[in-house]
Amino acid sequence: MSPLPALALPGGLADVWVYLSTTPLLGLALTLVVYHGAFLVYQRAGFNPLANPVAIAVMVLATLLWVTGTPYATYFEGAQFVHFLLGPATVALAVPLFEQLPRLRRLWLPLLGALVAGSVAAAVSAVLVGWALGASRATLASLAPKSVTSPVAMGIAEKIGGIPSLTAVLVAATGIIGAASARSLFNAMRISDPTVRGFALGTAAHGIGTARAFQVSDEMGAFAGLAMGLSALFSAVALPLLGGLLLRWL
Amino acid sequence: MIPALATLLVFQLMGEVVVMSLGLPVPGPVVGLALLLTLLVLRPATLTAIKPTVQGLLQHLSLLFVPAAVGVMQHLQRLGDEALAIGVALVVSTLVCMAVSAWTMVWLMKRMEQKP
Repeated sequence: MSPLPALALPGGLADVWVYLSTTPLLGLALTLVVYHGAFLVYQRAGFNPLANPVAIAVMVLATLLWVTGTPYATYFEGAQFVHFLLGPATVALAVPLFEQLPRLRRLWLPLLGALVAGSVAAAVSAVLVGWALGASRATLASLAPKSVTSPVAMGIAEKIGGIPSLTAVLVAATGIIGAASARSLFNAMRISDPTVRGFALGTAAHGIGTARAFQVSDEMGAFAGLAMGLSALFSAVALPLLGGLLLRWL
Repeated sequence: MIPALATLLVFQLMGEVVVMSLGLPVPGPVVGLALLLTLLVLRPATLTAIKPTVQGLLQHLSLLFVPAAVGVMQHLQRLGDEALAIGVALVVSTLVCMAVSAWTMVWLMKRMEQKP
């Protein structure tokens, strides 16, 4: 899609726009304001998983950038400060992990089994379905790590011949799909244990799933965060090997 | 808030240093997570100092995915060309992953209960 021609603004306003569009301030402010607005919509919708705030915020921001003809790189100059926090947030997952340590010791085998089975199932099914429907190699390699949290997923994609920035988009889309569908899926499967629901959601839908889980309960959130952290560890080591093998075999 | 942020950043930094110097295949923040967990086990008192900030950060975890996701703009061509394959692959694999993960966990928990 080609961008629209730059908006025709009256003289003074055009100068302000020219100035603002060169500072990181606009991208940063816009990200926070739009996300906050999207979160209010989500809240107003009674935290209905279909009104996912990430999905709403991304649609609004992408539309705004397109209408104003702003390149993504210019927007990211400012938004990178939010993006950067993914690193410290990953480190911060040590806290919910630590708080669940006693249960972790008791449940380590089921958790480990669920993590490995879920992570492998996610990567293999994504690549196989994409391949069966004729996706290109670069797309397949970008799809493989889509259930892993973005900084890790982008690194994996790069290693197996994917496009890191495309992976970041697919990761977010996966998170939104997981957060939106988890409740219906687990109800249909008759799984009510919040530790299982949280852990499976975190394995499939990383941080966005974890954010959703925390809105349901702290317990579910802690297990989702745990799954996200463990899957980052496991996938960073296993997925480059598994994904590489799978792509060579297809 | 500042000591907590400093702690998170220092552990991320240590993680990066470990990864770079040992050539590990894991991202730096993940090693930072493991190091911070070790500190919390050794000195549980650290928890009270960092918990409020950590909670604030994790509560808005999904905000942090927005900037990268807006990059969807750069890939409209590819996403349009391969829309069906990508869309079906994402939905199917996400549901399969949740189902497999949940089933495996329930199954293993039941087995553990049966032979204590």
